[in-house]
Amino acid sequence: MEETAGEKSNLAGVRHILLVLSGKGGVGKSTISTELALALRHAGKKVGILDVDLCGPSIPRMLKVQDKDVHQCDSGWVPVFVDQDKSISLMSIGFLLEKPDDAVVWRGPKKNALIKQFISDVAWGGLDFLIVDTPPGTSDEHISTVESLRPYQPLGAVLVTTPQAVSVGDVRRELTFCKKTGLRVIGIIENMSGFVCPHCSECTNIFSKGGGEELAKHAGVPFLGCVPLDPQLTQSLEEGRDFIQEFPKSSAFPALANIAQQILDGTSPQSS
Amino acid sequence: MKGVKHKILVLSGKGGVGKSTFSAQLAHGLAADDTKQVALLDIDICGPSIPKMMGLEGEQVHQSGSGWSPVYVEENLGVMSVGFLLSSPDDAVIWRGPKKNGLIKQFLRDVDWGEVDYLIVDTPPGTSDEHLSIMQYLGATHIDGAVIITTPQEVALQDVRKEINFCHKVKLPVIGVVENMSGFICPKCKNESEIFPPTTGGAEMMCKNLNVSFLGKVPLDPQIGKSCDNGQSFLSEVPESPATSSYKNIIQRIQDYCGLHQSQEK
Repeated sequence: MEETAGEKSNLAGVRHILLVLSGKGGVGKSTISTELALALRHAGKKVGILDVDLCGPSIPRMLKVQDKDVHQCDSGWVPVFVDQDKSISLMSIGFLLEKPDDAVVWRGPKKNALIKQFISDVAWGGLDFLIVDTPPGTSDEHISTVESLRPYQPLGAVLVTTPQAVSVGDVRRELTFCKKTGLRVIGIIENMSGFVCPHCSECTNIFSKGGGEELAKHAGVPFLGCVPLDPQLTQSLEEGRDFIQEFPKSSAFPALANIAQQILDGTSPQSS
Repeated sequence: MKGVKHKILVLSGKGGVGKSTFSAQLAHGLAADDTKQVALLDIDICGPSIPKMMGLEGEQVHQSGSGWSPVYVEENLGVMSVGFLLSSPDDAVIWRGPKKNGLIKQFLRDVDWGEVDYLIVDTPPGTSDEHLSIMQYLGATHIDGAVIITTPQEVALQDVRKEINFCHKVKLPVIGVVENMSGFICPKCKNESEIFPPTTGGAEMMCKNLNVSFLGKVPLDPQIGKSCDNGQSFLSEVPESPATSSYKNIIQRIQDYCGLHQSQEK
């Protein structure tokens, strides 16, 4: 890890690194990563997203850059810029596949090698935040990511869960992973928390309610908030639209904006 | 594995689409026939959900002369999961590939399943170590095929297409695709909302394009999650739900597939 001391590392210009984790799949890690990036951009920040979900990369589509390619430069790979101002940049295995439906059928060692390359060889330039979106679990990708990022501080994790007990159970295990690897937990987000019927405004807790908050209390880590199920949010992600910009009146917006604000507050110069 | 008649893998490239929920319901559905012996094997090593869903949280496996004994929900429904080997619900299995592969091998070799009509294997998301290992270890025997679970939106389908390609690559027959979380009917006003909109035609369209069977849709029903959290069989708890009838239809189609397969081989 010390070999970068002499030459400048590609992560030298990154001020904060956020890992988005969950023991459980399909709880909205990529959704939260994408919306946090958009919300932080909205607050004038420069944001990079590193997608280390090698078998199921979702972020390129969520940001509508699935047809883009990465290019090489002197210091490594140039990430894909999502907008003209270059305020959000993204690196994902999705950009390296010949066909979008190609399966990445790799065992651990190959995945680890690519993750190391993603961490050392992407020319991010100056960033306020680097958001690292991870696959579900506590295995190769997670161990490799945390090991390779350890020299770079400050580093923290946001854990995403859905409210039901089956999902909270997996996230408890992820908390243990954070503890064991010495990763600071910034907080827990409860996603898919209730659905307000657009026809009659009745709120149904499709995946139960309150599991994330309870877990945060139980584990003694901050609770960052509940994000409701919101068809406008899912639709925006399907079409790669900027939900934060386009749907400020929707039910998920205040929740996401509030979470982004807490992350900004937590990383402002006086508190860090 | 010699005493196992039918082997079904439940797969999805995407996480959280309902693989374990489906596996649990499939196990209950098949075991509803007392004459059939059903085994449910959970190879999601880092996120085992099956013990909780089957109401077996806190159970431990027992050693017997012929290996590990599965934990039984009913006389004809046995379950095995890494969850039974952990001492606390906070225990994380922080393992790289080789260790996970070792355990999967042990699950197949050292568990005393006995005579089994159906072995259902619930898998973690992705196309990596666990999937390659189960195929490698089961490959020598006959596998009926894979049931693939997805949700309707394109963000999920794009991962599921990869999983179908994986199946083709490793020559695993695809029994069919189930679309889960397909629409939600408000319990108050009975209007339907598409919470996960099928912007590219959903699983049905994908199946047409890829020429694989579409087994059916299961709607979102808050009772499903509740039953899973409480470790109960949704099919017998809420028999009148539209989701129950779709589950039952799909399970029937899987049984038909396995039956047809068997008679063709004879």
